[in-house]
Amino acid sequence: MAETPESSERSEQAGKTVARRPGGRAARTKRADEGAPPQVEPARPAEPPAVAAQGRLAVRKTYKLYVGGAFPRSESGRSYPVTDPQGGLLANAALASRKDARDAVVAARRAFGGWSGRTAYNRGQVLYRVAEMLEGRLGQFADEVAAADAVPRERAEALVAAAIDRWVWYAGWTDKIASVAGGANPVAGPYFNLSTPEPTGVVAVFAPPEAPLLGLVSVLAPVIATGNTAVVVASERAPLPAVTLAEVLATSDLPGGVVNLLTGRLAELAPPLAAHADVNALDLTGAGALAAELEEAAAGTLKRVLRPAEGRTDWTAEPGTERLTAFLETKTVWHPIGV
Amino acid sequence: MPDTISPPGLTASNASLRAYLHGLPGVDEVGAAQRAAGLATRSIKTTAKAQAIDLAIRMVDLTTLEGADTPGKVRALAAKAVHPDPADPSVPRVAAVCVYSDRVAIAVEALRGSGVAVASVATAFPAGRAPLEAKLADTRQAVADGAAEIDMVIDRGAFLSGDYLKVYEEITAVKEACGDAHLKVILETGELVTYDNVRRASWLAMHAGADFIKTSTGKVSPAATLPVVLVMLEAVRDFRAATGRRIGVKPAGGIRTTKDAVRNLVLVNEVAGADWLDPAYFRIGASSLLNDLLMQRTKLATGVYGGPDYYTLD
Amino acid sequence: MADDIFTYAPAPESRSVVRLRSSYGLFIDGAFADPAEGRSLKTVNPADEEVLAEVAVAGEADVDRAVAAARRAYETVWGPMPGAERAKYLFRIARILQERSRELAVLESLDNGKPIKETRDVDLPLVAAHFFYYAGWADKLGHAGLGADPRPLGVAAQVIPWNFPLLMLAWKIAPALATGNTVVLKPAETTPLSALVFAEICQEAELPPGVVNIVTGAGETGRALVAHGGVDKVAFTGSTEVGKEIARTVAGTRKRVTLELGGKGANIVYDDAALDQAVEGIVTGIFFNQGHVCCAGSRLLVQESVAEDVLERLKRRISTLRMGDPLDKNTDIGAINSAAQLDKIRELSGIGDDEGAQRWTAPCELPSRGYWFPPTVFTGVTQAHRIAREEIFGPVLSVLTFRTPAEAVEKANNTPFGLSAGVWTEKGSRMLWTANRLRAGVIWSNTFNKFDPTSPFGGYKESGYGREGGRHGLEGYIRG
Repeated sequence: MAETPESSERSEQAGKTVARRPGGRAARTKRADEGAPPQVEPARPAEPPAVAAQGRLAVRKTYKLYVGGAFPRSESGRSYPVTDPQGGLLANAALASRKDARDAVVAARRAFGGWSGRTAYNRGQVLYRVAEMLEGRLGQFADEVAAADAVPRERAEALVAAAIDRWVWYAGWTDKIASVAGGANPVAGPYFNLSTPEPTGVVAVFAPPEAPLLGLVSVLAPVIATGNTAVVVASERAPLPAVTLAEVLATSDLPGGVVNLLTGRLAELAPPLAAHADVNALDLTGAGALAAELEEAAAGTLKRVLRPAEGRTDWTAEPGTERLTAFLETKTVWHPIGV
Repeated sequence: MPDTISPPGLTASNASLRAYLHGLPGVDEVGAAQRAAGLATRSIKTTAKAQAIDLAIRMVDLTTLEGADTPGKVRALAAKAVHPDPADPSVPRVAAVCVYSDRVAIAVEALRGSGVAVASVATAFPAGRAPLEAKLADTRQAVADGAAEIDMVIDRGAFLSGDYLKVYEEITAVKEACGDAHLKVILETGELVTYDNVRRASWLAMHAGADFIKTSTGKVSPAATLPVVLVMLEAVRDFRAATGRRIGVKPAGGIRTTKDAVRNLVLVNEVAGADWLDPAYFRIGASSLLNDLLMQRTKLATGVYGGPDYYTLD
Repeated sequence: MADDIFTYAPAPESRSVVRLRSSYGLFIDGAFADPAEGRSLKTVNPADEEVLAEVAVAGEADVDRAVAAARRAYETVWGPMPGAERAKYLFRIARILQERSRELAVLESLDNGKPIKETRDVDLPLVAAHFFYYAGWADKLGHAGLGADPRPLGVAAQVIPWNFPLLMLAWKIAPALATGNTVVLKPAETTPLSALVFAEICQEAELPPGVVNIVTGAGETGRALVAHGGVDKVAFTGSTEVGKEIARTVAGTRKRVTLELGGKGANIVYDDAALDQAVEGIVTGIFFNQGHVCCAGSRLLVQESVAEDVLERLKRRISTLRMGDPLDKNTDIGAINSAAQLDKIRELSGIGDDEGAQRWTAPCELPSRGYWFPPTVFTGVTQAHRIAREEIFGPVLSVLTFRTPAEAVEKANNTPFGLSAGVWTEKGSRMLWTANRLRAGVIWSNTFNKFDPTSPFGGYKESGYGREGGRHGLEGYIRG
């Protein structure tokens, strides 16, 4: 399997891609247009004529933040244009501010007790429900992924399918990881001694810039599967599938605040999150050149830090448990055995 | 004797007594064992050891409780009690000689004027499985024959079946039968099994009028283990804090060496306090211990290890 | 009559088992060597301020040599060696540690000030047990659930504190060596001696040169070691302040880090607790090792309904603690490790007074020489007091009360630390309820300060990350 399939696929297939505004039926009807030359002018609506051709004006979606179960705009009132690789405007996304990041941390902290307190079985049920809802929106996601990464629709569908399967994979981990990562310790004395993994708390996740859905799912699902809550900074370049994922989460049974999604500038959002005293851990996967600086900021409160992988990541490969255990604390409980 | 120190209504019913006993703080077995083991590592040397050995000798209830006890055996024991080491008059006498009730008269005769008390086990020792009247008759006979101390056994069957009131009432009845004699109440901790039970039985016995609480008959194992003694020392300590009355403790059974005895004294010193380091409040029920104390005493004085042939058998 | 009995006569352990040299070099590449710059420091017996030995101070050049030796040993000998062979070295070391345990116990008491009772009955048995435990892992790493082909990281830089000098060395070196790493270890500047004797034990065990290197010195040496570019792994036990500095130093590198840092452990006593054992646990929790324990139960949270009773029992119990000569077998409380630490304890206790907490001190005489601080209890402490928030690292207990289980948990968790906690209740479900909610890496219920090589140890939040001990302890030294 090729590394970073979405991006590599994009370059291989560049000639066959189309840039289009995702999210509407109109886009899907345009599949026959594959092979049309890419449009390169920046920040220009990608294909208004297609809509007109249907005889009906499509209703566009506003891409907002997802904080505490609600979809606010940025408190700053700002947005930024999201384009396809060729520069065609896909949509405006909210340009989150430091205050939005702060609100997201508050929401994540508030949700932590309830979410981590759920039974592992229940968390698995909720996550599986998310996968069901994802499956129902496969087409929409495929459109958005295809548009965001300029990959063919079929390839996009495969990537979305992989993302859904990844989500199901992690849904199944919720009630197994404790058995794998914890266990009884045979201490030399009359004591019962048990180590159990527990979620570390609020995790700030910097999603990989590439692989806007599969990469995002691959970093987010393990964080919340174990009971953590997350503040996710979506791929700055391709945030739209992330926002749609948030819509799925909002309409699943996932409690508000478990996942909080910010779109905007990594350089603006990451430093305050990395230094925030109520954030317990950082996933620096998508932190890029900021990684070292963020890790240094994290040292201020000794946050757990998952560093970016060396080299490029094959997001389609089975991930192993590393991303689950990275945000777990081991609690060991002793108790005497006597009558 | 009217009970002036117990909480009002304590014995209004078995339920009220039970509620009281089960309201005592629990005992964690592992923690208690660890505390006792920790104190057992105390290193008692030189002058402290010499003091401890003489104190231990003065605390011994020299005991013979065999079906084969003859008048001759009792007289021999009495002689040993008064002069533990015939070769060394500086050895103090023991606290008491402890015999079966039908041997009290012989012991009293042998010990008259010696300062060594006669203690008698009573109440259908060691099982305690006899009608109350028989137990009381046993007690009255021993007292009438001159026993200054009565070592009774509690009805463990009643205790374990939850009939605390029966146990309580039996103790008060025996106490009454004792008259002026001191009452030691044997809990038989090896049959109570848990330290929670040991603590409850201790408080039950103290409220019922025990002057001493005693671990064991010596016929059941385990007997006077260090954690059991620890728990009972905590009980008398707390009972004094609650009521002002100081009750004694007597470990019996399994204390055979000087090291065992010294460990018990360390427990007394550090758990109940130095107030209890007194034969009036701490006794050690034993038969073979005395000779080991004598041997260690000589070793300490002369620097030479002794051998059993140099100490009298009884 | 009973008054003078059991003023226990002195029962000193013999010093003659220890053969101290007047000065020690650095242990690099299997041999003792002088430091490049020829600097040294003196290590003293904190019980009487007597100088025990002079110890070399390693500079950057020395650290560089040590790391190079470790790298060479890793690449040529220790890394390629089959796990079963590594195991046998560790078993061998474990046995020698057992054989020389009394010598090491006495040495540790001399250098550290802790009572011989603890070094003899706690430190040394655990040291040997750690080596035995990890020895067995060396050829079973594929079964540890850390990947099918677990590989070592390379050279581990290990910096350890003065509170359990040899035990912390064992916690660091045993898992590192079992997993195929080589180490450069820096002991604390006030307690270097047992690590240097351990170096002799490595020689005695014929451990290949360079597998274990010991560089002595103070903070500067530690910084040089942690920052060294040839290091693949940093393992540190010590203060949260230094832990943060290390986390900053390694940021952006590929060095793996485990940190075991400070704590302000809550010891929660519910009203249904087995009170006598709870009192023992409180005493063990804060006075074990003079309170020089990162996981000490330094905050007593006692349910208000039994607070008076518990405090009365506690004070009575503390009054029986025997403080004095660390080598006396009956000593419960030894000396404070250093003048600097004593100053810190005094300063924070003074702040407790200033903030209006009530100080109670056990009646005991302090020796005239050496560094001593009596067992101390502050009552009337609230969450807002500094003595309830900052790690004192000494025999000073802060007592707070609570009314409900939820309040107990809330107060217990209201700290940036998260290393340890205690729960005392006779009700199993309440114990588990509480343990579930406490944000701490080790929960001792109805016991305290228990350690075992099979049991993972480490903190939440600012108490650090990573675990030492048990299968989890391998994780910090393995690439999956």
